[in-house]
Amino acid sequence: MISSEWARSSEEEGKSLVSAKNLDSVLDWVLLKMLIGSCALAAEVTGAGSTFAYPIISKWADVYKKETGTTVNYQSIGSGGGIKLIQSHTVDFGASDIPLQAEQLTKSGLLQFPIINGGIVPIFHLNSVNELQLTGPVLTDIFSGKIKKWNHPDIVQLNPNLTIPDRDITVVHRSDGSGTTFIWTHYLSQISSSWKEKTGEGSAINWPTGIGGKGNEGVASYVQRINGSIGYVEYAYALQNKINAARLKNRSGEFVIPNAASFQSATTHATWNQSLGFYLLLTNMPGKNSWPIVGSTFILIQKTQIKPEQAKEILKFFRWAYHHGKSLAQELDYISVPDPAVKLIEHSWKTELKDQNDTSIILPIYSK
Amino acid sequence: MTPPLFSPSTQSSEVILILNEFQSTAPKLDHTQFYDREKAFDFTFKSAAHLASLFVLILFLTIIASLAMGSFKAIYAFGFSFFINSEWNPVTQKFGAVVPIIGTLVTSILAVVIATPISVGIAIFITELAPTALKVALSTTIELLAAIPGIIYGMWGLFVFAPIFGTYVEPWINSHLGKIPVIGVLFTGPSMGIGILPAGIILSIMIIPFIASVTRDVFEVVPPLLKESAYGLGATTWEVLWQIVLPHTRSGVLGGVLLGLGRALGETMAVTFVIGNSHDLSSSLLMPSSTISSSLANEFTEAVGDLYTASLIELGLILFFITFVVLSIAKLMLFQVRKREGILT
Repeated sequence: MISSEWARSSEEEGKSLVSAKNLDSVLDWVLLKMLIGSCALAAEVTGAGSTFAYPIISKWADVYKKETGTTVNYQSIGSGGGIKLIQSHTVDFGASDIPLQAEQLTKSGLLQFPIINGGIVPIFHLNSVNELQLTGPVLTDIFSGKIKKWNHPDIVQLNPNLTIPDRDITVVHRSDGSGTTFIWTHYLSQISSSWKEKTGEGSAINWPTGIGGKGNEGVASYVQRINGSIGYVEYAYALQNKINAARLKNRSGEFVIPNAASFQSATTHATWNQSLGFYLLLTNMPGKNSWPIVGSTFILIQKTQIKPEQAKEILKFFRWAYHHGKSLAQELDYISVPDPAVKLIEHSWKTELKDQNDTSIILPIYSK
Repeated sequence: MTPPLFSPSTQSSEVILILNEFQSTAPKLDHTQFYDREKAFDFTFKSAAHLASLFVLILFLTIIASLAMGSFKAIYAFGFSFFINSEWNPVTQKFGAVVPIIGTLVTSILAVVIATPISVGIAIFITELAPTALKVALSTTIELLAAIPGIIYGMWGLFVFAPIFGTYVEPWINSHLGKIPVIGVLFTGPSMGIGILPAGIILSIMIIPFIASVTRDVFEVVPPLLKESAYGLGATTWEVLWQIVLPHTRSGVLGGVLLGLGRALGETMAVTFVIGNSHDLSSSLLMPSSTISSSLANEFTEAVGDLYTASLIELGLILFFITFVVLSIAKLMLFQVRKREGILT
């Protein structure tokens, strides 16, 4: 009896020894995985930056992983952070809502191309008013605090069929630095020279008036809360929160409704230019149906790729996104990059990306 | 040559046996060897403890040093004007800290003014009036309240408190307090439920648990003898509190209040949600403003350019100094209470 007990206990001991060994090997494997995590072997692409593009990039990554097995790990830390991390070679790609100027790109040795577009819309909350037509100059006057009341003659004149209440306007802007703010203020600067001189454009600016909400959701919730407020958010937030968005008069003098069609119209009227790193802001675009305020997220990657195999993995993901990710983009209310621009972008990969030996990085031919 | 008496594997019981055995015959040297070893161990242990405490000091100094180094560019560029300039303009890269500093101080002071009477009331109830069962329940609730993260208060503030405050309270403030000459300026503004006053109120709710639990603790160290004697002489509860308990614990209560103030000064997320995050200087408590911590939370991730980042770090340095001074005074006052109680001799 004693011996059988002893045998059992030794057997158990043996078992636990085996499992401990297993645990050890699992740990070894995890460590190994961590070590080689950055190598091409694991087929993992890392990126960081724009919060605007986060929903679509993570959606793409999700589907892409299922189809190809390659993991794309994207951190939405903000455009500024994305630029810093790609400059310091910490990630494989950065994503920024504010394009870098050509000379900045050359200085940091980066290649830039647009990946996704989206409309930015003025949202308002005014009891008994559901529709509103505005022009760029009136918008500028509201955001600079010159127009303080909703029943200001300039607004009434644009909306003759509405009875607009006598109410103070509360401007809601972003409190955090943001690519959305950059596009918005870029548009206002384009419309009004006095805005350009006094306030200017940037991801964070010195607002003449109003309150600041953190993130698109912060602005959206303030606008929902405050009767008489006007703010700006990415289109998806207006749609999801069911907030009224104003129509805007575009460059052709037409009042356009913010929707996928009018955003798309702006992107197709754009002339992308490879030599300037595709530096283009889709504000005040020509075209009868074009929405005047559209922003893009730009991908930044190192021009000289130390690991060509890894570079191919990065490019494969974006090529897949351009050709295969359109319906996903549409579902999430983004506007994809038009095909002619994609051709230019893919051409820029061929001509500008090099490995350390100055050889071009050529992807295998794409098949769906 | 005698063989070594103590090998590293010698157990303490064996040591005693060996010592007993050799007591008469063992050379003196072996005793000293033994004590040397013990001494060496004790020394190592002491040094390890010293090192651990030194770590805190090093951490503290390196934080100050890195804040100072990080803000060097801003200090160099703006100098003293950083403290008197209310402009905060990332486009022209001109930064002044007046609005965040005032916002931080005003919201925190408001919070303390609102929270102190309530907290003292809670502490009095717990220590003097409540039946034992309720005492335990209340104390636990207060401690649980203290554990709720700031961001929860912020969300509650924005989605629940601000709508109610903006619809029902602020219009009343505007039409009643706003009409009073001179101080009326403080109470006129849009009824949004977002601004300095709502932020102060949310902060006060957050610091009540802190002040209340410290106040309760110091009330409890009042010698029962004193209180019992007063009651025995026919004093009312009010008289006992006002003439025995409070005079006895004055600096302790003040210490608790300052601890609460310290917490309010640094609170970030709750304030960010309800203060309105504007860098405009305004005279009204109903207008949006910003605090040092809310500016940092909002802007740090997207701050472009060295000067912008350096200015934000300088804001951090200022907050560090403000909270450091406040907390030092708080600790000093609590220390005095304990000293009087003979807990520290």
